[in-house]
Amino acid sequence: MKFTTLLASAAMALGLATGAMAEDKTKVGFVYVGPVGDGGWTYEHNKGRLAVEDHFGDKVETVFVESVPEGPDAERVMTQMALEGADLIFTTSFGYMDPTINVAKKFPNVKFEHATGYKTADNVSVYSARFYEGRAVQGHIAGNMTKSNIIGYIGSYPIPEVIRGINSAYIHAKKVNPDVEFKIVWAYTWFDPAKEADAATVLIEQGADVILQHTDSTAPQAAAQEAGNVVTFGQASDMSEYAPFPRVSSIIDDWAPYYIARTQAVMDGTWESANTWDGIREGMVAIGEISDAVPADVKEEALALKAAMAAGEYHPFTGPLKRQDGSDWLAEGEVADDGTLAGMNFYVEGLEGEIPQ
Amino acid sequence: MIVLEKRPQPSKAWSYATPLVAVLATMVFGGILFAILGKNPIEAIGTIFWEPLFGEFAFYYRPQLLVKGAPLVLIAIGLSLGFRAGIWNIGAEGQYIMGAIFGAGAGLAFFPMDAFFIFPIMVIAGAFGGWLWAMIPAFLKVRFGTNEILVSLMLVYVAEQMLASVSLGLLKNPEGFGFPGSRNLQQYDSAHNAELIAGSGMHWGVVTALIAVIFAYILLNRHMLGFHIRLTGEAPRAAKFAGVNPARLILFCLGLSGALAGLAGMFEVSGPSGVVSIDFNVGYGFTAIIVAFLGRLHPVGILLAGGLMALTYIGGEIAQSQLGLPAAAIQVFQGMLLFFLLAFDLLTNYRIRAARSEVA
Repeated sequence: MKFTTLLASAAMALGLATGAMAEDKTKVGFVYVGPVGDGGWTYEHNKGRLAVEDHFGDKVETVFVESVPEGPDAERVMTQMALEGADLIFTTSFGYMDPTINVAKKFPNVKFEHATGYKTADNVSVYSARFYEGRAVQGHIAGNMTKSNIIGYIGSYPIPEVIRGINSAYIHAKKVNPDVEFKIVWAYTWFDPAKEADAATVLIEQGADVILQHTDSTAPQAAAQEAGNVVTFGQASDMSEYAPFPRVSSIIDDWAPYYIARTQAVMDGTWESANTWDGIREGMVAIGEISDAVPADVKEEALALKAAMAAGEYHPFTGPLKRQDGSDWLAEGEVADDGTLAGMNFYVEGLEGEIPQ
Repeated sequence: MIVLEKRPQPSKAWSYATPLVAVLATMVFGGILFAILGKNPIEAIGTIFWEPLFGEFAFYYRPQLLVKGAPLVLIAIGLSLGFRAGIWNIGAEGQYIMGAIFGAGAGLAFFPMDAFFIFPIMVIAGAFGGWLWAMIPAFLKVRFGTNEILVSLMLVYVAEQMLASVSLGLLKNPEGFGFPGSRNLQQYDSAHNAELIAGSGMHWGVVTALIAVIFAYILLNRHMLGFHIRLTGEAPRAAKFAGVNPARLILFCLGLSGALAGLAGMFEVSGPSGVVSIDFNVGYGFTAIIVAFLGRLHPVGILLAGGLMALTYIGGEIAQSQLGLPAAAIQVFQGMLLFFLLAFDLLTNYRIRAARSEVA
């Protein structure tokens, strides 16, 4: 780290000496769905941006626009970045999918990277992380920690990414606690502290003593803290300000290595459209420190689970598994394929309620 | 000591000057805010107001002003008629959503047929959707005397739930791999509200907004109904004697503002947005309330206010990416505009006088 900073400042000094350097700067743009201070999803993407700046120093210039609504506004923001000379643009929310494709058509020389989507083009890559691997660890801890056997889950939108997370957490909670029950609330937002706090409160009132969230703010943590004996997990970011309790662990998205690699590829001229889906093994998904509020043996098992996934020895969706309607999904020892996971639109057996249609 | 003294007549001069003074005050105090954030205030204000109109990439931003301003103007025109008569439709956001759902739904019902009549049907369906949603508070008010402010506002949240429901179910793109959101209408020619001249930003919604401005002007100044609307707002008792039927007026004002908001939603979903999705609405219906008041409830004023509001949106985004201003600072800046407008509005009806303090 120190060494790169040194390099960076050296490069900056050089840059100041030769004004012409500015022309060769690679410009990288970021479009964020929430504010950079959300403490979750956007916060981590912004950390990735800062890492790019740190790594390349004066060779890059980064720009970002935060809290951009998904839709025509996003299209305008991306166009604006492309017009102003961005070479590479990361669009970091699912709802930016069609706008990204539209703008990419108009600027064939600009490279685009869309997070969590599925539409690619010659100059559009998609990337996402296997958050469900982290959910497996969470589910394991949650199943052990709950005393009421009710686990609350704050869903954002009923899209495959979120449903995968619910299924993965449920499967692993059920494994250690056959009596466990999931209560799911859909917030229909990625970031809205007020709505998230309401959802957490409703779940706590219904008897949940563990809350999992797929929304980005720390409001559920605050609600849990107020309730006193409710366990939570950091989402997207470590949220360590609520450790050691109520936040007992977290799923951390680490975008920095990917952002640095892709920026490097643009600089080298080796950038190609790709579909990246990395997990714990590649380091895109990390598990935040498991606090002492978790019993030592549970912590050990959780870490072993994580290690098995990191080594590629264990897949969270391994048969035998059935769908909610009782039909067979995976046979004994069979592992889910990426195609099914990418479009997952069903609950596994045992989960109650319906996916909103 | 300073006292406020009520003017015998509202000041004409102040009623015109207020919006300008409010804009200036917003610039000054916004500039101070930006300076506190460590940005050069002149540069920041300059970026917001100058860049979109005359900057290097104005060729792209100017059409975008139309795209962003048109729904604001269209909705605000409808709202202003009701506001003038003291009928408060706060739920334009919900009517906007329903217009989009009805409009897009009508179009998608024909998919993949190609025919000239599909788009006109969508226009009618969009207006109908908005009208229908506004008729709920109108009917309840006329029949049971409920408060239209509360009912129309609450119906926004109902509309949002319906939007989520159709995005996930009824209108979901069957080829969308299970993801929510409808087919993209931009890729369905018969239903696409395309730019009339490529690159101009001019789509049917912009044209409709301009027509609405003209019709509202004529209605208010040359038509009996417009006279009744103004009379009801300014002198309710006189209106009664003049034979104004309050129920009819409520149904007309709410219905029209709902239909226009519905149209705005329909033009947005079939054009710039293209997709019915859970996040389709971004607050045009609420921002239009600011636009209506900023424009003094006058059609031409609303046109200018809509343009100004669009300018702060687009300029604000440029300031974010070029100068690194936080999004929240831009929102505060926009909020200031309404705040100062309301504050200075006081001067229309009151004058400030220095008075000697007297012993009570």
